[in-house]
Amino acid sequence: MNANPSGWRPSTPEAVTLDGEGAPTSTGNRALMLEEGLIFEIGSLNNCGVDLPTPSAETSTRLGGMSRSTPPALPGLSEPEMVRHYTRLSRQNYAIDLGLFPLGSCTMKHNPRLNEKVARMAGFADLHPLQPMNSIQGALGVIDELAHWLVTLTGMHSVAMSPKAGAHGELCGVLCIRAALEARGDPREVMLVPSSAHGTNPATAAFAGYKVEAIPAGDDGRIDFAALKARLGPDVAGLMITNPNTCGLFERDMIAICEAVHAAGGYVYCDGANFNAIVGRVRPGDLGIDAMHINLHKTFSTPHGGGGPGSGPVVLSEALAPYAPLPYVTKAADGSFELVEEGDEGAGESFGRMAAFHGQMGMFTRALAYILSHGADGLAQVSGDAVLNANYVLRALEDVMEAPFAHAGPCMHEALFSDEGFAKGFSTLDVAKALIDEGFHPMTVYFPLVVHGAMLIEPTECESKAALDEFIGALRGIVERARAGDEALHLAPLYAPRARLDETAAARKPKLVWSD
Amino acid sequence: MRYLPLTPADRGDMLSAIGASSIEALFADVPSAALLDGPIESLPGHASEMAVERHMARLAGQNTAAGEAPFFLGAGAYRHHVPASVDHLIQRGEFLTAYTPYQPEIAQGTLQMLFEFQTQVARLYGCDIANASMYDGSTAAWEAVAMARRITKRGKALLSPGLHPHYAGNIKTMAKFTGDQIVYDAPSLSADAGEDALIAQIDGETSCVMVQYPDILGRLPDLAKIAEAAHAQGALLVAVVTEPVALGAIRSPGELGADIVVGEGQSIGVGLQFGGPYLGLFACRSEHVRHMPGRLCGETVDASGKRGFVLTLSTREQHIRREKATSNICTNSGLCALAFSIHMTLLGGTGLAALAAENHRLACLAADKLAELPGVSVLNDSFFNEFCLVLPTDARALVRDLALDGVLAGVSLGRLYPGEEGLANGLLVAVTETTSEDDIDALVTAIREKLA
Amino acid sequence: MTRYFTEDHEWIEVEGSNATVGITDHAQEQLGDIVFVEVPAAGTAVAKGKEAAVVESVKAASDVYSPITGEVTEGNAALEEDPALVNTAAETDGWFFKATIADTSELEGLMDAEAYAAFCADLD
Repeated sequence: MNANPSGWRPSTPEAVTLDGEGAPTSTGNRALMLEEGLIFEIGSLNNCGVDLPTPSAETSTRLGGMSRSTPPALPGLSEPEMVRHYTRLSRQNYAIDLGLFPLGSCTMKHNPRLNEKVARMAGFADLHPLQPMNSIQGALGVIDELAHWLVTLTGMHSVAMSPKAGAHGELCGVLCIRAALEARGDPREVMLVPSSAHGTNPATAAFAGYKVEAIPAGDDGRIDFAALKARLGPDVAGLMITNPNTCGLFERDMIAICEAVHAAGGYVYCDGANFNAIVGRVRPGDLGIDAMHINLHKTFSTPHGGGGPGSGPVVLSEALAPYAPLPYVTKAADGSFELVEEGDEGAGESFGRMAAFHGQMGMFTRALAYILSHGADGLAQVSGDAVLNANYVLRALEDVMEAPFAHAGPCMHEALFSDEGFAKGFSTLDVAKALIDEGFHPMTVYFPLVVHGAMLIEPTECESKAALDEFIGALRGIVERARAGDEALHLAPLYAPRARLDETAAARKPKLVWSD
Repeated sequence: MRYLPLTPADRGDMLSAIGASSIEALFADVPSAALLDGPIESLPGHASEMAVERHMARLAGQNTAAGEAPFFLGAGAYRHHVPASVDHLIQRGEFLTAYTPYQPEIAQGTLQMLFEFQTQVARLYGCDIANASMYDGSTAAWEAVAMARRITKRGKALLSPGLHPHYAGNIKTMAKFTGDQIVYDAPSLSADAGEDALIAQIDGETSCVMVQYPDILGRLPDLAKIAEAAHAQGALLVAVVTEPVALGAIRSPGELGADIVVGEGQSIGVGLQFGGPYLGLFACRSEHVRHMPGRLCGETVDASGKRGFVLTLSTREQHIRREKATSNICTNSGLCALAFSIHMTLLGGTGLAALAAENHRLACLAADKLAELPGVSVLNDSFFNEFCLVLPTDARALVRDLALDGVLAGVSLGRLYPGEEGLANGLLVAVTETTSEDDIDALVTAIREKLA
Repeated sequence: MTRYFTEDHEWIEVEGSNATVGITDHAQEQLGDIVFVEVPAAGTAVAKGKEAAVVESVKAASDVYSPITGEVTEGNAALEEDPALVNTAAETDGWFFKATIADTSELEGLMDAEAYAAFCADLD
């Protein structure tokens, strides 16, 4: 016989035990976990992954003496090298596609791939924003149709579609308020913002020229209505309020709050970051608000993309609608669409343009596909399941974690806990980093500011009961260790691509670009 | 509903665990007057993937896509070929469905990409540093005006007439509310990029001079001359680049003396997308870093000494500084930055130069052929891939008519500057590597026929 | 020389009509690693209780209030290069600025070291 010339002898593997990280490898890689250099280290200035005609040396140029003598110092890679580089980088990221991503107030829901497909249809993706109206009727139709459903879902008068992100939408809403006040000859100086608000609220109000005053939260995690009423007066332009708020609670007094602000001559801006909790069940217009931005990348599932692009249309009350930014889409009697731009009829009272072109079309197509996919029944189920999931997490953990505001009643779509009860020296950060080792993205930490060591958990409607049970089990175990003072928690994460990073060193001597 | 994993049985079990009678009971805090007692009116029920796709395809079909016609539009948005690998990679779920890298240990992919992106932008612009991107070029331009005010403590910004009118419009809107003084006039139809007239307006109150390069009419202003004059008055030069491919052929604004360089990155990797989402680029001198808006990614080490990346200098930002932040901006344009970075990595410096050369070659060809039309002239002495034609007729009406004949001829100045009589006959024509010589001939023929 | 403390955790050392101002050791401990300090330039007018300097850790930016009204004679340039001095020597080399005192009566009501220690103990 010819006895096994390959030399490969199948056998049962022996049990392996290794201390700590185990033996180092010569590459620094660990099987599927591959280290990757920077393009400046692996690429070269002459390499190129695109086939282009070689420039002819004789061609005369009309560059007016501005020609450059050498190409920019940018490294290039061939296509296979490039694909490998970015594929390796991608594997160092956590993502919704990998697991539960319970980042409070961020609404990390599933991003349907149908939306990606429709956004890439040539009739949307390959359109220039300044094509003549007769060649873009379908695109204007998308904007008009999405606008219609946003207005319908919020019970408002109209919507400004051009803001490019949530904070940009906030700015749009506050500028509408300012324009309306100035138009009635009553410019006011102060914008009221609850202390639990997201940082963009005061930053936006200050940017729009307002003096920002904080209104404290009451003991129940809701705005202190008495303090608000006491502060209202002829110098108050309005109130920026988040509802459901950043503590995960519905502002029960919302209708009365709006009435009080209106009675004092001000307007109410609602931060719509948490609209997912109520979509399809509550129309913010019925509460009496004047403006609210809608994060299409939260409630309507457009991808977060590692930090944008977002999209932040702003729904407006009848009082603020005339001041909406340019451009906007109108429908003629014959059913055709027009864009109203600078100098066009009807642009008169608008406060002006707040970005080039017409907004985040690539997000509009995705959001419209999402709304149509869910329909009226599906959207009500979205908010219902989102709230159910959050309450399930809240009740499953409240015996080991302090829930400062939700003892008595339900929360909305996110559950808020504090670090009370942790052993001395153990923090919310330790819990967050330990969750990474368990295979979860941490919750939002240290926000809102009104709760010490805040942990804000928003599971969204896209998690199954099994996924929630696994998460609850992991978090419970970690919190028990934090309460008991298990020192090993400070070492987490142990199994991520990187251990805890030195943010102090990064900030003291910032290195923001690569250099040899 | 296909996106919702809970089963009716799960919901029942979970409600029992919570001790609630129904999902509706969890909405007890909502005033009953505001709680709907049925589904949203007029919105149909849920729809299948196939039905939604069909609806969207019908709307898409009502547009003339750029690829279906001889196409010559630019004016701040350019049609370039995006390699197939770019769109494939940005759809990897680990990039597409990740969030802002607040937990750096599990976001090194996004963070390293941003660090590479910042370096690419800084080098492209000839600046020391760049941020992790802004919403788009027009909003980045406003942020530069605000930043120049913070640095110089002066409140008057001088905008060149060659600045994109939408950028100027956005800046004027913002300035109304912040109290900045903005000096801006529409351009006139002249081959002269207007450096001397601009320099004459700079004074000791000027915070910055903002100059687009190439400008809205495609002209190439002498940035070095303007930089020198601005610096002599203690003002900053802010350069705006709406066509980054140009920087493969012309000298970088930083090298010519610009203190801040901002612009639109859409040309590289992002695509037209009917105007958004786009990609704001923002770079400056390192001494101004603490006045910079937007996210910044920086290099550091982890607890075991390995190189890693984090978001840094975040005390400038709204979530910490609240009403004292440098900007209210909360996001960047992450996925578009990724597309830009991937495409730029494929090109490299030599590829970008070759791409730019091809754009310029075709633009020169188009300009020569169009200039031969009777009554038509090319305004520019200098240009990169876009120039201004002066027609013997109203350009906006001509563009509309040509679109009906299946030719997307360019951007009329009437569209960009409504009501400016002196500009009504101007037509901006952009030519890129996606333009074929047949397309150019089709445009020449179509205009000739309309003018006959 | 006399040293006083404020409820906002600044210290002020007074010699005649000249003062040196910094933040307390307790304050630097609460802030964590300091990464950046912005001190006022000589000639800057400061007012009692108003913002005079900024101190930043990775996750927080705090205003430092002047305990007195006066004019800055020197900002501590060493902090620009080495903000960690505030962590290692908050009440000595990590001082923020020196200033003239316009009205010494403003010092009335500030705490001495013992009172400040008791004040901090109450906060914990």
